[in-house]
Amino acid sequence: MADLRDLYQEVILDHDRAPRNFRTLAHPTRRAEGINPLCGDRVTVEIEVEDAVVRDIAFQGSGCAISKASASMMTASLKGKSLAEVEAAFERFHRMLTASAPPADVESLGKLAAFAGVREFPSRIKCATLPWHALRSALMGTGASVSTE
Amino acid sequence: MTISAPSPRGHALAFDAARVRKDFPILGQDVRGKPLVYLDSAATTQKPAAVIDALAAYYLTDNANVHRGVHLLSERATEAYEGARRRVQRFLNAAHAHEIVFVRGTTEGINLVAQTYGQTSIGPGDEIVITALEHHSNIVPWQMRCQASGARLRVVPIDDAGEVDLDAYERLLGERTKLVAAAHVSNALGTVVPIETMIALAHRRHIPVLVDGAQAVAHMRVDVRSLDCDFYTFSGHKVFGPTGIGVLYGKTERLEPLPPWQGGGDMIKSVSFERTLYNDLPHRLEAGTPHIAGAIGLGAALDYLEGLDLERVAAYEEALLAYGTAALQAAPDVRLVGTARHKASVLSFVVDGVHAHDVGTILDREGIAVRTGHHCAMPVMTRFGVPATVRASLACYNTRDDIDALVRGLEVVREVFR
Repeated sequence: MADLRDLYQEVILDHDRAPRNFRTLAHPTRRAEGINPLCGDRVTVEIEVEDAVVRDIAFQGSGCAISKASASMMTASLKGKSLAEVEAAFERFHRMLTASAPPADVESLGKLAAFAGVREFPSRIKCATLPWHALRSALMGTGASVSTE
Repeated sequence: MTISAPSPRGHALAFDAARVRKDFPILGQDVRGKPLVYLDSAATTQKPAAVIDALAAYYLTDNANVHRGVHLLSERATEAYEGARRRVQRFLNAAHAHEIVFVRGTTEGINLVAQTYGQTSIGPGDEIVITALEHHSNIVPWQMRCQASGARLRVVPIDDAGEVDLDAYERLLGERTKLVAAAHVSNALGTVVPIETMIALAHRRHIPVLVDGAQAVAHMRVDVRSLDCDFYTFSGHKVFGPTGIGVLYGKTERLEPLPPWQGGGDMIKSVSFERTLYNDLPHRLEAGTPHIAGAIGLGAALDYLEGLDLERVAAYEEALLAYGTAALQAAPDVRLVGTARHKASVLSFVVDGVHAHDVGTILDREGIAVRTGHHCAMPVMTRFGVPATVRASLACYNTRDDIDALVRGLEVVREVFR
């Protein structure tokens, strides 16, 4: 139970129950879909970028608590951020979950550090990173569907 | 633990699952500090010591290539490999050993038929009939065949319980139907398909039938002559045998006209640069060095299963499935997906408000192995309006204790997501 609480932290369960920015944008400038073919999770991320700043960001889709909370907290943390800051957040988040040793600057991720415990659940890392990969695909401008596999 | 269940003959048969468990060394271990509760046999079954020993014995004493050596080891390997073929023949009650073609698994068996029979007998405007229950491996090869030949895929609907609509099936059979391909038991829902009726209806119109038996063979007696199916295919690893070996059964008159599938060694009688003379069945369809050890391991697995008595296994599992069904129906917030009257092995379900993946992760921490996701049957998930289910699947080594552990695990799920 203790290690399960490392994964399912209160803040994660809260975002799963009441996801933020779970909607569509009226005027998205970028959009991309991420799918995890192993489980059928899918998330669509929409962003409105103006002057290299994220004016608005939202997501739609269906998935497990980890992917839904990750999408919710990602959108909540990136609104108003510059594209450079978004890229840096992606890098830090990705390293937190996939680097051989967890980076020392996890705290700089703020609330997103709640996902640090996902490292201990290898089969769930892709759930947490799926919305971030969709976000990146949207920002790269390809808008292509990204897949975890 | 012992469950008494009425046998088809009306006798009470005792089946000693506790003794059966001892035959499977892997089941004795702890995982994540808890005793392993293995409820994922529809994905792959565990292997009895008899199978593991047969594989080791083959490599320790008999290993050689088959059908080509004059030396003793090659004779032994050939005899063991062909002995395994005869073992499968008896298991399925096929008329001839040459009707048993060794393949990698069910997927390869279906692809073999799609690419050979499909190539010679399915053309533009023709139709292939499958059901809405199929595993992706009994959908995609036919879609590929349709794309290549201009044929059309027709799908028999299922009802809310997960049963095949036989009236709709009969209506779909027509002049253009060139093949019916259907699962014997649904991997996602556990529905036992009335395959005998479907075969009889197809044969009235002289339409051949391929049966995907992957989820059936470990749980019930399969008699291909009594079913009268044209093709039957299954995977060794889902019937206590090794991975990488499977069987395609075909009636002689169905296999004989098939063109060669893969070219190579063992499938030929003679080769020159002008002309190749192909070998006889079944070797014509088995190019290259086969999975000799796998076939021998499969033979040992079938020996083991027959030793348990398939009728007893089926009766025991039926009682265990009923126990599990009742337990899950009584669990709060749990909804069973797939409630056909006749089911085997599979308990597919969703937990209200908790995604299947999260259920799977929490159960795993309790030492309980289940499958979560779409089970390679995405159209089935769509039909029931769920993105994924949790699937607990049983084999003859499972007991009521495993079901009880699952129910306790679901209480932990509710605690985490309270």
